[in-house]
Amino acid sequence: MMTVLFLVMIAAYGFGACVALLGGAGLDRARLVAAGAATGAGAGLALGAVVIASGQPFALLIPELLPIAGGLALRLDPLGAFFLIVIGAGAIPAAIYGAGYSKAYEDGHASLRLLGVMFNLFLLAMSLVTLADNVFTFLLMWEGMSLTSYFLVITESSEDSTLRSGNWYAAMTHAGLALLLAAFVLLMNGGTGAFSDLRAGAVTLSPEVRNLIFVLALFGFGSKAGIVPLHVWLPRAHPAAPSHVSALMSGVMIKLGVYGLLRVALDLLGGGPTWWGALVLGLGAVSALFGVLYALMEHDLKRLLAYHSVENIGIIFIGLGAGLIFHSSGLMTLAVLGFIGGLYHTINHASFKGLLFLGAGSVLHATGTRNMEEMGGLIKRMPWTALFFLIGSAAISALPPLNGFASEWLVFQSLLGGLALPMPEIALAIPIAVGMLALTSGLAAACFVKAFGISFLALPRSREAEHAHESPLSMRVGMAILALACVALGLAPFAVVPMLGGVLAGLGGLPDTRPVFTLDLSVQAPAGFAQISPAWIGVGLFVLLALVPLVMRLARANRKLRVGDTWGCGRIGQTARMEYTATSFAEPLRRVFAELYRPAKELTIDFHPESKYFVQSIEYKSEIMPLFERVLYDPLLRLVRRVSRQVRRVQAGSVHLYLMYIAVILILLLVAARWF
Amino acid sequence: MTGYVFEMVQGVLALLLAPGLAGFVRWVKARLQNRRGAPPWQPYFELRKLFGKEVIVSSNASWLFRFAPYVIFASAIAVTLLVPLIAAPLPFDGMGDLLMVVYLLLLGTFFLALAGLDVGTAFGGMGASREMTVAAIAEPTIALAIFGLALGAGSTNLGRIVTQTLANPAVAVSPGRLLAFAALFIVTLAETGRLPVDNPATHLELTMIHEAMILEYSGRYLALIEWGAWLKLTIFFTLLANLFVPWGVATTFDPAALALAVASLIVKLAVLGVIIAVVETRVAKLRLFRVPELLGVSFVLALLAVTSSFLLK
Repeated sequence: MMTVLFLVMIAAYGFGACVALLGGAGLDRARLVAAGAATGAGAGLALGAVVIASGQPFALLIPELLPIAGGLALRLDPLGAFFLIVIGAGAIPAAIYGAGYSKAYEDGHASLRLLGVMFNLFLLAMSLVTLADNVFTFLLMWEGMSLTSYFLVITESSEDSTLRSGNWYAAMTHAGLALLLAAFVLLMNGGTGAFSDLRAGAVTLSPEVRNLIFVLALFGFGSKAGIVPLHVWLPRAHPAAPSHVSALMSGVMIKLGVYGLLRVALDLLGGGPTWWGALVLGLGAVSALFGVLYALMEHDLKRLLAYHSVENIGIIFIGLGAGLIFHSSGLMTLAVLGFIGGLYHTINHASFKGLLFLGAGSVLHATGTRNMEEMGGLIKRMPWTALFFLIGSAAISALPPLNGFASEWLVFQSLLGGLALPMPEIALAIPIAVGMLALTSGLAAACFVKAFGISFLALPRSREAEHAHESPLSMRVGMAILALACVALGLAPFAVVPMLGGVLAGLGGLPDTRPVFTLDLSVQAPAGFAQISPAWIGVGLFVLLALVPLVMRLARANRKLRVGDTWGCGRIGQTARMEYTATSFAEPLRRVFAELYRPAKELTIDFHPESKYFVQSIEYKSEIMPLFERVLYDPLLRLVRRVSRQVRRVQAGSVHLYLMYIAVILILLLVAARWF
Repeated sequence: MTGYVFEMVQGVLALLLAPGLAGFVRWVKARLQNRRGAPPWQPYFELRKLFGKEVIVSSNASWLFRFAPYVIFASAIAVTLLVPLIAAPLPFDGMGDLLMVVYLLLLGTFFLALAGLDVGTAFGGMGASREMTVAAIAEPTIALAIFGLALGAGSTNLGRIVTQTLANPAVAVSPGRLLAFAALFIVTLAETGRLPVDNPATHLELTMIHEAMILEYSGRYLALIEWGAWLKLTIFFTLLANLFVPWGVATTFDPAALALAVASLIVKLAVLGVIIAVVETRVAKLRLFRVPELLGVSFVLALLAVTSSFLLK
């Protein structure tokens, strides 16, 4: 059964890639590619579900394949299975959506062939990352995932900015890979590299080496996950990629950074001292807050969403950090609660961020712009997209009864448990984290009022927005699946939480907490700490929404409705130029957090030559200081440039010089061979 | 079954009390300012008038504008079923805790702000932007105040907080509780749109927040939104009254205890109403960009509350 599903997954992705590569002109290539990808993702999802339901891992070892590094070893345990489910849940809608979305590329401004091949290979590589059971397989698939996604980012390679974004992405992901290589070499300690050996060998390593491995893995996987300050590639690469790829990268791929961190820190190393968790928690809190603060100032819809991925990865890391802290103190039930909060938010973020990116893609598809200041009024022109985007916005703002609330509640509850910690310095830092998390969620709500309100409501601000059209059926189906997932995951924590308890059981000595968290329709934090039931709240809200109009009707309230002009203070004829813009919406927060943004404003007013009371034109420019780019990356880039200039002297472009290098090296090698 | 009946009674009670409370605050304020003022029951007449009028909707507005009043009203009622108005623990106590209460109210705010943007006027956008700014900055204080309350009770569920405080009265006067009360009081001013954050009695474009968002509403929609706002005021007052000073709250569904609980609730709400009226008479409205400083103060108070409860634990 499992083997069949596994083979179907491989075959379907392979089919999708082959069709894209070889398919002739007569075939509907976009649809077949999507069918391959969706089938593969579905099989992967089923495989993950079977592994979690049965608790039996699926294993496959092919030692003949590259025997030098231990061969291709695959094993799917419940933790990997959970992430395989996340991949499947994100990939099925993205693939269906992609069938409609990539039609736009048929005019030839991007290669559909490359897109189709890479899309399937990307999904395959991601799926195999969760299955990898030795260092070689893991790193091979990890790099495969990075390379294929790089090609997906530069799909629209005719634009310079896309290529630059691709460069940022390639540089950051390979810096991360370098750290991971170092971490795994240390972890292998000269052994075979099978994960079971690593697990056994990790206990014998000295604490210093273990700490080093942890820090290397944290920043290596962190660069993929997009934690601050390694997040700089997200707001560049996500907007550049085609929208269904953005949805996958943001919703799914960055989560594999979370997977890697859990695998190494919790499973292979078996947990560590308290400061590990504190570091993860601190990085998470900082990422969450900085992510949302930069998102607020962003008016490019897809860049805004990319910054929100930084925020949500931060929330996930807060959960994991709390889990690691409790784990080191032996408070196992609380540790599980923290990890469950992180993992729950992982799948929730995959669903609502995937949905939002697909929604943004529909808007881009319809209007040709990502700039919110040129949108508006889309709710009337694209009613379905607007509804789905609204659901995603409410979910990411953690509004009950949708899924963002359920997982943030769990993260909050695990932090509240922090006062059980014996170390006062950690316990007293936890309220700060609670405050930061709360501020983050409040700002996220403000940001999505902006994102939805400015893009979809009121009057259209440009001709393109005025003539926007609803997306084709395949794109709407893709979004509908994810919107349903947001609702279902929000109502059903009573099912998800025990499942996650099962996923975590046994990792790093965590107990099986399914009995603790199993309750009918409600979810309870341990030791009777608190209890909620989003399902009943959802039902209650629904009933009340139906009841209020009914009672109004029974009470004979006036039911007449007249449509009139908006009140314009006596002025007749409202235009879109009178509307609040995204910039003005964010202005109060820009001033409140001016210390961070350091906004620079430039105002040029062109007066009429006759009188200063008549203005001919006004030009307003305003930008904020990108803190991390300025402080961290600019000096680094300058250094790289300076070094490259020196290196360039060696590489002068003269064949004679190169021949001389070869001769000198040859002689040196011969001398060396003679001596040693 | 009695549980459901009781919840319905409590919901109706909250709905009936809310306009009266708002009218009472207005009336006390008027007396303090040497005006005669409208009688406290004026809001009931306002509701009847508004429900009897037809609705005028802007031609720019979408379905969201017409849907939002129902969400605001329904979420406020849902919250009243979770908050221990007269008895604790409530039959629905396990369905939502304080965090659920806060985020359900945020759900209403979210839709109200969207409705403000939907009509496409500068006023609506201005109100939405300001409202979301204030709501976001108030959020950390609320979370920490909840944290402070949960520390003493060992739970964020409201019933548990009330019963624990009743069982252990010394907690109620602990420094942590008092600081948390002060923090939550400041947040109440911000969240319910009272002075010095927002002025519920003016339509001056430079200062208004809540009123700017609902400028385009009329008729039954306006009635629902106003009623929802009054409910929100009642909810925050009840939280201040019954979580910090829970005496009088019935712990059984015994009719005598319930009657006493209703009486004590009305007294507590009236006291808080007088306090708010005095505050609103004494302080001037803050500039919008000074509001974060006020909320910063409340955040520090809440942080001190948590720290002191932890150290004194």
